[in-house]
Amino acid sequence: MTAKAQRNLTTSAAEGTEKVMRILVVEDDKDAASWLVKGLKESNHVVDHATDGEAGLALADEGGYDVLVIDRMLPKLDGLEVIRKLRAKQNSVPILILSALSDVDERVKGLRSGGDDYLAKPYAFAELLARVEGLGARKLLDSKDAKLKVLDLELDLLSRTVSRDGKPIVLQPREFKLLEYLVRNAGHIVTRTMLLENVWDYHFDPQTNVIDVHVSRLRGKLDKGFATPLLQTVRGAGYMIRAR
Amino acid sequence: MRVNLRFLRTSAFRLTGLYLLFFSLSICFVLGYVYLRTLNLLERQNEETIKAEVMGLTDQFTTGGTEALTLAVKRRVESNHEMQFMLADPSGKYIAGNLHAQPINDMPDNTWVDFSILRGDEKATVGHMVRGFNVQLPGNIQLIVGMDVEDLAQFKTVMRFALFTGLGLALLLGLGSGLIASRNVLRRIDAITDSSHGIMSGNFAGRMPISGSGDELDRLSHSLNDMLDQIERLMQGMHEVSSNVAHDLRTPLTRLRARVEAALRQNKKADYEEALQQTLIESDTLLSTFNALMSLNQVDSGQLRSTLVRMDIWVVLQDVVELYEPLAEEHNGSMQLVAGPGLFIRGKRELLAQALINLVDNAIKYSQDAKGRISIKVVGERQGKDVVVSVSDAGPGIPAVDRDRVLRRFVRLDESRTKPGNGLGLSLVASVANLLDGKLALEDNHPGLRAELRLPAAAAEI
Repeated sequence: MTAKAQRNLTTSAAEGTEKVMRILVVEDDKDAASWLVKGLKESNHVVDHATDGEAGLALADEGGYDVLVIDRMLPKLDGLEVIRKLRAKQNSVPILILSALSDVDERVKGLRSGGDDYLAKPYAFAELLARVEGLGARKLLDSKDAKLKVLDLELDLLSRTVSRDGKPIVLQPREFKLLEYLVRNAGHIVTRTMLLENVWDYHFDPQTNVIDVHVSRLRGKLDKGFATPLLQTVRGAGYMIRAR
Repeated sequence: MRVNLRFLRTSAFRLTGLYLLFFSLSICFVLGYVYLRTLNLLERQNEETIKAEVMGLTDQFTTGGTEALTLAVKRRVESNHEMQFMLADPSGKYIAGNLHAQPINDMPDNTWVDFSILRGDEKATVGHMVRGFNVQLPGNIQLIVGMDVEDLAQFKTVMRFALFTGLGLALLLGLGSGLIASRNVLRRIDAITDSSHGIMSGNFAGRMPISGSGDELDRLSHSLNDMLDQIERLMQGMHEVSSNVAHDLRTPLTRLRARVEAALRQNKKADYEEALQQTLIESDTLLSTFNALMSLNQVDSGQLRSTLVRMDIWVVLQDVVELYEPLAEEHNGSMQLVAGPGLFIRGKRELLAQALINLVDNAIKYSQDAKGRISIKVVGERQGKDVVVSVSDAGPGIPAVDRDRVLRRFVRLDESRTKPGNGLGLSLVASVANLLDGKLALEDNHPGLRAELRLPAAAAEI
């Protein structure tokens, strides 16, 4: 689950979300935690850090966080246990699970405990940031509407049709799914791994640039003949549909 | 000298010894029993004859006194050649009979006596043993009725001799054969021990000696040799993998190190950034190699077996082709799927997708024909009890001699070393096939490569 190169950190916040998030990192590994906290802070987020499960649970209980990043193996209280306890108290804060176990079955176990996303270690910071920002923004974009609209792009989820500036765009079913996921995360970076997971439902490292080819095809259909490109490539990180 | 006594501790010798002990005990018991019974019988017969004579002569004495007895004794001596008699007066002086000079007064009265004859008489040989009964008659007249038991004594001696020599011989032979048997076993065990010491000290090609007799030691050697073959194969595999790992990791690490060193020497910010970017890419590649190795090990460990479910592989084929078709087209190629629904097997969606992606990915990377075109055909079909999935291309293929080799970990053919990859792709496919009780075969597609994954079809859902 590693992105192929690192994203340019200094410009990420400007490119990504403008929303400042409050993030709680629960991680017992000092080094891992310190560069994780540093990276998130550099991306203009407010970060708290807890080093064990009990402290993490206490902080999370106080509330006010947009996203929790919880390591699976924690002293005192296991990461999955922390999540179960939070969910039992009807706390619905989005949670990203970090784990050294990359197996699909472990992922399923993690998500069943109440986590929203699962990232195997070692991971690229860009991957983590994209997922954390995606999770934090989900509330706003997880609309139940039958139509999704971004700028002049419109997706009808019932008739599975797309139009831009009123002109219909013909898409294959998978292309529609791909676009839908990008639009739902409009204004946020989406990594290749996130696309493979959410559009194709496969959880391994796409070795070659398979995803790039699909995205560039979609871009061809989407942006051809329009002055402003909607679908942007964020170098070394992934893709983004412009929100504004 | 100590070495020569080693056979005492062999199990063969101990078994022989134990057997010998029981054998000797049973010989002693049987022969001893026969000996004692026979002896007892003969002695009782003698005693009864003597008793009968004593009764007869006592009767004569009661009815006719000393004279009648004397006469009777004389008659008996003449008619009976086997018995010995001696009649003596109260002072122990000889009156009649064929025994003369026995010291009758020293003998206990009215009981059995054993003595040897002192003086040769008719029908009595000097030195012969006699068993007799000494009767004290009224008026202190003494009578001995006896029988020559020299034959019996000799029989006893012969029997005893036979018993002891028999036992001795049996012991000697038993010990000898035990010795030979244990020597023989010991020699072969020594040979096996020597071989295993040889193997332990580094001669991994060494094998246990086989005598060719097909006995239990040969069987043991055979199975040990099979085990050694297996171990050698595994060790070779391990060796190959670790040297390949070393090579595959050292090359990028060397590159990485050189780049960092050069950047430090330049001491310019732009160089630092470039070097760090490259270092990141390099370490990502290394990490993905490790990830591939770990998932390969996980598949090989068989622990995923419990997570297999009945599934239609057609769905995965569609996913894979749909995912990779644009990439193939990007590489000036085409991809065609020939399969229909209902190809049920027991498997795991992610694993099968990963395996098929590896095959398709290889086809895209390595199957450009002379004109630089790629044409890939993915087929899924039912063949008897199997579901067969194949990925074929029209590229240069893989030479027959290399087809087994490329399935091994980290093995990359020289032509492909320049392209990205870790040499674990086909290993994973082979391991997945193995996990699903299937088989991966690489064949000639005339031209090109045909990779065939043959999996057992799942029984219908009940």
